[in-house]
Amino acid sequence: MKARAFEYAKATSLQDAFDAFARASGDCCYLAGGQSLIPSLSLRLQAPSLLIDISGIGDMRGVGIVDGMLRIGALTRHAEMLTSPEIARHAPLLRLAAPHVAHPAIRNKGTIGGTIALADPAAEFPAVVLALDAELEIAGPGGRRRTKADGFFKGLYETGLEPGEILTAILVRPFDKRDRCAFDELARRRGDYAIVGAGVQGRFHAEQVEALRIAFLSVGPAPVRARNAESAVRGRTLSPAVIADAQATLHLDLDPAEDAQTSRATRLHLARVLLGRLLGKLAREARNEGGRA
Amino acid sequence: MTGALSSLDRPNTYIGRSVSRPNAKRLLAGRGRYVTDLQLPRMLHAAFVRSPYAHANIRSIDASQAAAMTGVHLIATGVDLAKLCKPWVGTLDHFAGMKSSPQLPLAVGKVVWAGQPVVAVVAETRALAEDAAELVAVEFEEIDPVTDVDAARAPGATLINPELGGNVAFHTRIESGKVDEAFRGAAAVVEETLLFGRHTAVTLEPRAIIADYDPSEERLTVHHGTQTPYQFQDIYSRHYGLREARVRVVAPDIGGSFGMKLHVYHEDMAVVGLSMLLGRPVKFVADRLEAFVSDIHARDHRVTARIAVAADGTIRGMEADDVTAIGPYSTYPRTSVVEGNQVVRLIGAPYRFRDYRADLNVVFQNKVQTSQYRAVGHPIACAVTETLVDRAARKLGIDPFEIRRRNIITQDMYPYTSPTGYTFERLSHEACLDKLHALMDYPRLRLEQEALRKQGIHRGIGIAMFVEITNPSPAFYGVGGARISAQDGAIVKITPSGEVHCLISVGEHGQGTETIVGQIVADGLGVDHGAVRVFTGDTDVTPHGGANWACRGAGIGGETALQASRTLKRNILSVAAAILQARPDDLDLRNGEIVDAATGSARLSLGEIARIAYFRSDTLPGGVSPQLTASHHYTPKGFPFAFTNGVQACHVEVDVETGFIKILKVWVVEDCGRIINPMLVEEQVRGGVVQGLGAAFFEECLYSENGQLQNGSLADYLVPMACEMPDIEIAHVETPTQDTELGAKGCGEAGTAAASAAAINAVNDAISPLGASISQIPMTPQRLLRALGHA
Ligand SMILES: Cc1cc2nc3c(=O)[nH]c(=O)nc-3n(C[C@H](O)[C@H](O)[C@H](O)COP(=O)(O)OP(=O)(O)OC[C@H]3O[C@@H](n4cnc5c(N)ncnc54)[C@H](O)[C@@H]3O)c2cc1C
Repeated sequence: MKARAFEYAKATSLQDAFDAFARASGDCCYLAGGQSLIPSLSLRLQAPSLLIDISGIGDMRGVGIVDGMLRIGALTRHAEMLTSPEIARHAPLLRLAAPHVAHPAIRNKGTIGGTIALADPAAEFPAVVLALDAELEIAGPGGRRRTKADGFFKGLYETGLEPGEILTAILVRPFDKRDRCAFDELARRRGDYAIVGAGVQGRFHAEQVEALRIAFLSVGPAPVRARNAESAVRGRTLSPAVIADAQATLHLDLDPAEDAQTSRATRLHLARVLLGRLLGKLAREARNEGGRA
Repeated sequence: MTGALSSLDRPNTYIGRSVSRPNAKRLLAGRGRYVTDLQLPRMLHAAFVRSPYAHANIRSIDASQAAAMTGVHLIATGVDLAKLCKPWVGTLDHFAGMKSSPQLPLAVGKVVWAGQPVVAVVAETRALAEDAAELVAVEFEEIDPVTDVDAARAPGATLINPELGGNVAFHTRIESGKVDEAFRGAAAVVEETLLFGRHTAVTLEPRAIIADYDPSEERLTVHHGTQTPYQFQDIYSRHYGLREARVRVVAPDIGGSFGMKLHVYHEDMAVVGLSMLLGRPVKFVADRLEAFVSDIHARDHRVTARIAVAADGTIRGMEADDVTAIGPYSTYPRTSVVEGNQVVRLIGAPYRFRDYRADLNVVFQNKVQTSQYRAVGHPIACAVTETLVDRAARKLGIDPFEIRRRNIITQDMYPYTSPTGYTFERLSHEACLDKLHALMDYPRLRLEQEALRKQGIHRGIGIAMFVEITNPSPAFYGVGGARISAQDGAIVKITPSGEVHCLISVGEHGQGTETIVGQIVADGLGVDHGAVRVFTGDTDVTPHGGANWACRGAGIGGETALQASRTLKRNILSVAAAILQARPDDLDLRNGEIVDAATGSARLSLGEIARIAYFRSDTLPGGVSPQLTASHHYTPKGFPFAFTNGVQACHVEVDVETGFIKILKVWVVEDCGRIINPMLVEEQVRGGVVQGLGAAFFEECLYSENGQLQNGSLADYLVPMACEMPDIEIAHVETPTQDTELGAKGCGEAGTAAASAAAINAVNDAISPLGASISQIPMTPQRLLRALGHA
């Protein structure tokens, strides 16, 4: 299939983008890395009259510490999650997840802002920003605002972005030496969207969990925190029994759908196995290096 | 091997050498010319309005809005094209009693699968044609779709083709020996129902065609991504009433075919008619979504089978019941029953038991048509046989290698005719089994498996033996009335500087035909292989032949090329003899030089002979008329098929908590007769194995109950990719056929034939200690978890 004809405009600033958006009276789309939008146009799932290319807006680039927070520009490519020393140091969970996002060619183009704005329930980074308790920096014609990742993912491809708003950056509290994190997913093939995946990050006191955030992908219409499991481990050491307690609560938080390949029960089962493995990994690390904390 | 040594056995022969592909650099540099790359003057583009329903009556079609769009040149319905195109029927006479309804390019009155083309739109660009197609309004009235093979055969079932009186296209029964007695006296009987998912070829290059009709000469040129240009010349000419000599089909570079690109497709037939209506070139390239709902699918079998064994593991008999569903029609011109037919005839093929019974039912349904795809029927027959043999071995406590050794057809038994009527000239089961055992270090793997099991790591080892049908004679299609050639032709000629052109009817699709034909011609003539250029795939230029299907390029095309070059060599030597006043028998052509046969001393270059022959024939003695072009046609005449054989092993690790399987390694020992180019044979085997592993673990066309394909995109239909594929180690045994001088048999389907069977056996070997087993492919995590009782 071929896309329907559309106009193209390259925005040089946020204001430029908002103006173009207003002129098109909404019959338009922002274009970042194009790795989701262009396929969607080619499949004629979307047919806007105008594409506003935001990939040249300088304000949305760069990774660095700003006012004590790690600021990741929305245009940061997936591939940079694997190469940036700032990400490795201050947000290692993003680096752990990045190899699971598609394939190198797509990672070279796709942006973290694009994947979060799109909010595909099977995408890795939306779940990761939930686990990181990140904040999202959003600009609109009326100015800038910040919002928590919690509450941003509302449903299937549904977010807290208002029409015309642009996600400009992701803000993350820098990784602390007491923090531990892990990411894994079960995908049929390397680079595929996963049947189920999860990211966890938490603060430890020696072997004891002070607080831990667990976020799942591919188990419902939006990425979701497993809050009951988080409570189950809070203040405790990750013993096999504690991990089993956490696993046993998952059905309270996750509401996976059935699809042609995988039943709901199987997804829940796999989510439990995955959580067990991730917590087991943190427990081992805490045990082995616990003395250092 | 017997008989005298020929030039093929010389130490410096090109035969048996891993010559690299002359076209590799061109294709890698992006200089390939596929149909998609061709831009003809005044060319238009077709798009199709397709049925959203699996089964429906067409109430009305309103294309007025689309027709009014600027840039739209033609809108055609089924009725419009039916006026030009004679319908086709996918039956063959040797399948007694088989039925199928006539087909036309576009649906007339009724649609029978979701995705069937209903209206064609021709416009200046493809995008514009799609815009217009969106405006065509078709009103449908749904009919109950027939999707389930049992419901299709139940009394009162909705009929897809009411005029046929039923939904069964073909039934056959094979009965040999005393099957009931064999089962009565057995020490053990194992029964299993195996399910094989529908899958499809997913070629890198999708189907692509440009039809270019010139009314001034009533000439049709079709640039077509096909494996069988000669077959299509015949079909386009007969179905559109054109003079055959004025129909030219050109197959340029082709990005994979695997049997998918030799069937008649509705869109392709439509494009020819559209070009005739417009008098302009019309292009159609199937996009991936269209490919999934219009390329043939394959497999889709349910086989219930039983094996009877004696206490020592001797197979006493087998029984099988295969039900396969093929879509609403049988494909043309090769039919959709060949796969099932080969399933029931190949079951048990490596083994020497005589008592066998099989039923085959081929059923219509409202899904995409199925037909021949790489290794037609082999993977199913192999999986049925080999899982039963493994289960019997497990039941009797016999090692999988050992039970096979006790049952294979042995060297003293050839030629051997199977209970299903296939005659094997000579196979090499013992040598292959022994070689595999050593190659994989089987005893060490078993020890490792046991040690790891104690740590909760579940590894499995599976082996599968196979017999492959190659070098088909006219017994395959010709006898059934199909105008499909089993012979191939080659023309070899010398250029004025003494280089060589070979025009041959077998084609190049990425498998390396050009390379091996170049090697054979260079060898047959005695020239450097760099001096040989090979041309394929143009019915105006290359000789008529079968081209590419089954496994025949090397075995039949290769022998054709060898004999043509031998003839040309004789012609060259007779000219040389006249010039040198010698006897032809005392001369030889080696490395582009005429030499003294006895001493090898150089006498004259081939270039000099060509110069004299083409420019100074006046200097030749009277009566010498140089023939520096020679042709040859060859059809297999001895055995109807050259059967090959081999054995594969698969090593897997099963994560019993997640149902995920890691494929650790695959080993293949195969015997394709004389090996012309080991590198290409191994590429064929590796590619084939990957397709077999795709079937075993990933690929499946998933349909809803109402006949909608649910995963028709490459995001949802999983093809095997490099990261999941294991190392594939290959070894060879060579048993050349005595039917040809070259001795080559096919190797293109060997990899696919047994890979999924070995994989099933490996997974079952891993999970059987847990009391679990699986008998359905693809073996998805979901299915494995069910087998393990987790979900
Ligand atoms: C074959 C393939 C496999 C893939 N596999 C995966 C995978 O395994 N995991 C995964 O997570 N993703 C995967 N992706 C998607 C990929 O990660 C995309 O890059 C990503 O989802 C979107 O980012 P983008 O920059 O390309 O956005 P675009 O495609 O340009 O835009 C996507 C949407 O977001 C909007 N948008 C983009 N940026 C902003 C912004 N800053 N503010 C507001 N709105 C914005 C656009 O208007 C559009 O609606 C895959 C893609 C392909 C083609």
